Amino acid sequence: MVEIHGDTITGEKVLRCLAEVLDPEVPVLSVVDLGIVRSIRVDDGSVTIAITPTYSGCPAIEPIKAAISDAVLGMGLSSPEILTQLSPAWTTDWIAEPAREKLRKYGIAPPLPRSAEVGIVPFSEISSHIPCPHCDSLKTEELSSFGATACKALCRCKDCREPFEYFKSF
Amino acid sequence: MTSNRVEHGGAAHTSSRKALDHFVLEIADDALVLGHRLSEWCGHGPTIEEDIALSNISLDHLGQAQCLYELLVENDANYGSADKLAFFRDSFEFRNCILVEQENGDFAQTIVRQVYFSAYYYFLYEQLSSCPISLLSDFAAKARKEVSYHLRHAGEWILRLGDGTTESKARAQAAIVQLWPFVEELLAPSEAASILIAESQVFEPSTVSSAYKQYLETLLSEATLEVPSSTAASPLNGRQLKHSEHLSQLLSVMQSTARAHPDALW
Ligand SMILES: [Zn+2]
Repeated sequence: MVEIHGDTITGEKVLRCLAEVLDPEVPVLSVVDLGIVRSIRVDDGSVTIAITPTYSGCPAIEPIKAAISDAVLGMGLSSPEILTQLSPAWTTDWIAEPAREKLRKYGIAPPLPRSAEVGIVPFSEISSHIPCPHCDSLKTEELSSFGATACKALCRCKDCREPFEYFKSF
Repeated sequence: MTSNRVEHGGAAHTSSRKALDHFVLEIADDALVLGHRLSEWCGHGPTIEEDIALSNISLDHLGQAQCLYELLVENDANYGSADKLAFFRDSFEFRNCILVEQENGDFAQTIVRQVYFSAYYYFLYEQLSSCPISLLSDFAAKARKEVSYHLRHAGEWILRLGDGTTESKARAQAAIVQLWPFVEELLAPSEAASILIAESQVFEPSTVSSAYKQYLETLLSEATLEVPSSTAASPLNGRQLKHSEHLSQLLSVMQSTARAHPDALW
């Protein structure tokens, strides 16, 4: 849920605009799909956007801020102030079902609910619950807990034999 | 980051404010130094997957350090900037523990260092995430999730190394013994931590310590490895600014570009 304050009509427009700004690392999800846009405030045409970082080490955060800024400028508004909000900590539970479907179609297994991955249980015990995004089989295994980006693990389906990425529950 | 204005809760007094700053620097410097050490593996990992994993863990640690440095700067402009804290302090000003400045050694040493480190932070953050100082609790709630992945990853390697070949087992056991004297520094609360604990009950050291030891015993026994019986702790102590020579060597590499071009932007 994105909170909108101040001039809510313009705020809604900004939100619709940000819903088109894609994450550079998973370019089927927008920054709104990911849940990193927390609030938008518009006062007398000046825009303040609070975002929450995903992983501390996510190198995409700077390009994402730049893309958000460009999108707001593209609406004819002035350059937004972008604030970083740490709390509550970002969680993949904020990725809603329509966005999860986009991930599946893109070949990435969407994150399991956070409750399914508790504490420090071995990943091997979790991977058996990740359905293959290609054939829905549950016979899957982890190849590497760190994939091409910090947010993904590399898995393989034992039925269709295809490798796939899993958007880790966080 | 103005939305993050920090309420110091019980730590508004000057001495406890200083203790809070020192405690945050301990955590941030740990993350920065280990993050740099892990980055030395980039391009040298035993497999491409592991190269990527170590780099990702490194990035998480660097991001954690940056976040904490920025929070310090936000509360006290005298710190200058996150870059100034990372690149323009000398080794005797760093508060990181001795464990993280140890050289990478072989892969087993790197993995054992990670397990010793991440297990401590996993249990520390578990407690800090509900402590009354919002700067600490907000950060810990987020960092704990990252650390849980690091610990899970390194822990699985311990199982493979210990239960692998004679060679991998011998190397893992040697690393466990070699790095053991640095664990005590993590588990014993620093002066700064002690002040915060006394004033705001930020965490309970004995709970962290017993959870840590329990975790290690379980992991190592499953890996057919042994917890060292020695209780000899290293005379060095990074929380007291008494570092090994490894730190100044690490900093000379890490800080060289920033110091050669102090006004550069990138
Ligand atoms: Zn499949």
